[in-house]
Amino acid sequence: MKNFLLYVFCLNISLAACASGNDGVKKAVDDNAGLKLPAGFTAIKMSENIGRSRHIAVTAQGDVYVKSSKLYNGKGILFMKDLNGDGIIDTVMGFGKYTGTGIAIKNGYLYASSDEEVFRYKLNAKNEVINPDQPEKIITGLINRHQHESKSVALDNEGNIYVNVGAYANACQEKDRTLHSKGRMPCPILDSAGGIWQFKADKLNQTYGDGIRYATGLRNVVGLDWNTQTNSLFVMQHGRDQLHDNWPELFDTKQSAELPAETMYELHKGSNAGWPYVYYDPIQHKKILAPEYGGDGKKGIDDIKSEPSVIMGGKGGDPTTLINDMSIARKPVEKNIQDPTVAFPAHMAPNALLFYTGNQFPEKYKNGAFIAFHGSWNRAPEPQKGYLVAFVPFKNGKPSGDWEIFADDFAGGDEFMSPNKAKHRPTGLAQGPDGSLYVTDDVKGAVYKISYNK
Amino acid sequence: MKKTVLVVFFITTTVLLKAQSLKTSMDRGQKVYEKVCLSCHMADGGGVPHLNPPLSQTSYVLGDKSKIIYIVLHGMTDRIPIEDEYYSNNMAAHTDLNDQQIADVLTYVRNNFGNKASAVTVADVKAVRTKKK
Repeated sequence: MKNFLLYVFCLNISLAACASGNDGVKKAVDDNAGLKLPAGFTAIKMSENIGRSRHIAVTAQGDVYVKSSKLYNGKGILFMKDLNGDGIIDTVMGFGKYTGTGIAIKNGYLYASSDEEVFRYKLNAKNEVINPDQPEKIITGLINRHQHESKSVALDNEGNIYVNVGAYANACQEKDRTLHSKGRMPCPILDSAGGIWQFKADKLNQTYGDGIRYATGLRNVVGLDWNTQTNSLFVMQHGRDQLHDNWPELFDTKQSAELPAETMYELHKGSNAGWPYVYYDPIQHKKILAPEYGGDGKKGIDDIKSEPSVIMGGKGGDPTTLINDMSIARKPVEKNIQDPTVAFPAHMAPNALLFYTGNQFPEKYKNGAFIAFHGSWNRAPEPQKGYLVAFVPFKNGKPSGDWEIFADDFAGGDEFMSPNKAKHRPTGLAQGPDGSLYVTDDVKGAVYKISYNK
Repeated sequence: MKKTVLVVFFITTTVLLKAQSLKTSMDRGQKVYEKVCLSCHMADGGGVPHLNPPLSQTSYVLGDKSKIIYIVLHGMTDRIPIEDEYYSNNMAAHTDLNDQQIADVLTYVRNNFGNKASAVTVADVKAVRTKKK
């Protein structure tokens, strides 16, 4: 605990607040920290300039843990307190000398991930970490081949932890992101990545052999949450990139900017979302065979009649020869590729998912899903989009209406072409004990708190 | 006197022709950039934070020509820091571009986005292409 307290310092951002006292705080409240929100909601920027805040967990006491993808004063996990309740962070303590994305609190432990491992730290009665320098290593040896490398975590109520292992490719081509390069068949990445793995939350040093591949066919999931209403895991997939770059005959730049959907799935053991063989088209509302596997942008996989075993090479011999013969359309892989629960516009990069169980927000938000979209890059040459927090209402565990923008203008408000112009990019979500919604940003490490005032 | 006029004329013509050929190469290079490079490196050459590196004012672009020619020819899958930042996405090998197109697009990149560096010639590209990996 002594070590822990060594890293106490006043925050930069609240520079304004620190320097000018209450005036700075008041200004931040007045303009909702630059965010556009529905009527009745207010936002305050609690902190900024503290590394690159990824995911976030808020304790029952209202204290904030943030996992950073850049070390801040040599530390990758930041523990922050608002001592006087004005919404501005007053102290920051750091621990954990590794960068990463995932963080969660469950049953008296704080879980945090690097891009290869998951650790946990015992918490005291005040939800403060007891031994910040001696975490237990829960999971080790997860694949990190520097593309889709972040490992997000979620926990259920039966002692399991779920970890995303993103695919280290765009579309499992023979040559990644390369013009006219065909898909590998079957995609070898899926044995150890491109899915969600389930491990025990309390067992040390687990690796692939100790866990199970809970769901597959997921290119990259950064946002995931355990839904306590349905008692199931929900995830947000980052859809594939570069349909035009790699298949210009099939997709123009405008189509490429709108395809494919970013998708939400409800997963169960054995679920398959179809990557890399299939993508979801939000305009045609169907699962389309990927061009790397013989698709033409129109062919839906449910329209194709043929034995899946042929495609897998199970009965049909060499799968490479078969797939190279593009004149014969075949249904790829397993028959059970599922439809998304919700389809969002393309390339918006969903980085966090949270089911709202609080009582502070109006009734329509109860049990609904908030999604933090990091914002696009693969829409160029079209303007970039989607630097926002979205909301989907849920009733009885199913979406009960269309998705809508909840909080917008993180990037700054004006239209822009290049992602490096974005001032902030939503990355993490958490619910506070009073029902407020916390949003992190990984450009400047900002933490926003959004509240509803009756 | 006659000789001097001739020399001046010759020099001026050479300079003008060189400027003209640089402009022609840049114009062709811009077209290649917009078709092949822009979707990842963006219209302003700013790239995408943590995914695709920027092309403005980096040692990779402004330094030794052969380095950047090699990247366009063979792609980039190594995780190497560029000005202390890491970038996650793989870059494809551009077997779809010929020597002239690569010379043009790199001349454009090295003289755009606030960059100022020597032109890349077809001979430069050929030299890197024929060199063993």
